[in-house]
Amino acid sequence: MKKKDSDFMRRVAEEVPEVNRCYQCLTCTLGCPLVFAMDLKPHEILKYVQLGDKEKVLKASTCWICASCETCATRCPNEIPIVKLMDLLRQEAVAEGVVTEQGPKVNDAFLAAIRNLGRVHELSLIIDLKRRTGGLFKIDPDEIRLGIGMFRHGKLKLLPIKIKETKTIKNLFSRLEKQK
Amino acid sequence: MKIGYFPGCSLESTAVEYDRSVRAVAAKVGVELIELPDWNCCGASSAHAVDPVLAVALPARDLMIAEAMGLDIAVPCAACFLRLMEAQKHLKEDPSLKKEIEETLGKKYKGTAKVYHPLTVFSQPAVKKKIKGAVVNKLKELKVVCYYGCYLVRPPETTHFDDPENPVVMDELMALTGAEVLDWAWKVDCCGAGHTLLRPEWVERLVGEIVEGARKAGAQGIVAACPLCQANLETRQKGKNMMPIFYFTELLGLAMGLKKEAEGWWKKHLISPRIIYNQAREPR
Ligand code: SF4
Ligand code: SF4
Repeated sequence: MKKKDSDFMRRVAEEVPEVNRCYQCLTCTLGCPLVFAMDLKPHEILKYVQLGDKEKVLKASTCWICASCETCATRCPNEIPIVKLMDLLRQEAVAEGVVTEQGPKVNDAFLAAIRNLGRVHELSLIIDLKRRTGGLFKIDPDEIRLGIGMFRHGKLKLLPIKIKETKTIKNLFSRLEKQK
Repeated sequence: MKIGYFPGCSLESTAVEYDRSVRAVAAKVGVELIELPDWNCCGASSAHAVDPVLAVALPARDLMIAEAMGLDIAVPCAACFLRLMEAQKHLKEDPSLKKEIEETLGKKYKGTAKVYHPLTVFSQPAVKKKIKGAVVNKLKELKVVCYYGCYLVRPPETTHFDDPENPVVMDELMALTGAEVLDWAWKVDCCGAGHTLLRPEWVERLVGEIVEGARKAGAQGIVAACPLCQANLETRQKGKNMMPIFYFTELLGLAMGLKKEAEGWWKKHLISPRIIYNQAREPR
């Protein structure tokens, strides 16, 4: 791993100091709708973060499976902003290059669309995402049936809309990139 | 009453029937919606996962547009609604972030434009009274449950919407249509959101549980207030006898006599709202 464990712990301490309050009550995990697909459950992530086990938490699938539904954070008796922690883990995992899930590709496709047009054109987004994940030519009959259904019901707008001030949006993206 | 309108990307495509029915209902009850000129995407679930500054800057531009027009904003997509509310909160609480974003966008942010979901707009006592007076086609014999999903109610300290575990705003509006609104336990469960793009099997599982819950409660249809929730519940439902998923504005509109318009909305549904079709053609 590139950055030192202590750098990671410093960022956690700065952005989500509340993690230290976790007393493993499991409320987060019990209410999590996607826990069935996670390798480490939300309360386990909390424990390993407290222990400073950066490798374990960044390599876990948890933050990529988390749908940011906020159920855990709303119910946590210690008011720990768990989704903020998940966001931080996503950013650190990408920076460290240890991601094995497809989550970052969804975010990249989404943000590329906003950067170019200022809005997301759903049909282009789906095609771009299939391309990024290598699934463009994979034939899933269910998905194709769904696509045809959406098309027939006029739910897919064929041409994208571009906002006028795309320059402002592009400036915003490049400025943020430079700061990194 | 005049209010800015931020439709969001989905309402331009997969959720056109939501856009049309929000506009139709608003017009009927004297709420003038003024679409924010040149609005941009709020960044949805991606911006905050990648860069906290971007997650605030994108909605900030939209907030600034509304501010310049002296308008508050109605946001029909629950995800956009949360992103705009979150941005507002961060801009208020973090002066250095606010300064950075003002410099990048080249505009000042004052924080004068308030953000509401149309559920809240249509629940204002004066508007509710108008809705009540405009109902000409009671949706008798229709049994529904109201589905709120995640982003209207959570995180409660950001959205300030309603009770986060048992919201009733939509239930109360739907009761005005004459439909029987049933209580159920899946009001604020998660539909799997954006996972529908790459992991449809996860979303199918969550949607399956929600629809099963609605069926057990005795409902014939589910009412939604978010384009992502509606799309997931409609496109990821499996099996025979699939349950129609309505937008709350479609049922309001139908009850207020917008039958012709409603015919157009139903055509956009992948699961045919057969029950309602009958009501639309032969009001009892
Ligand atoms: S709900 Fe909060 S305190 Fe309980 S285990 Fe989860 S993070 Fe820890
Ligand atoms: S926010 Fe993520 S971790 Fe928390 S309950 Fe929802 S899916 Fe699970």
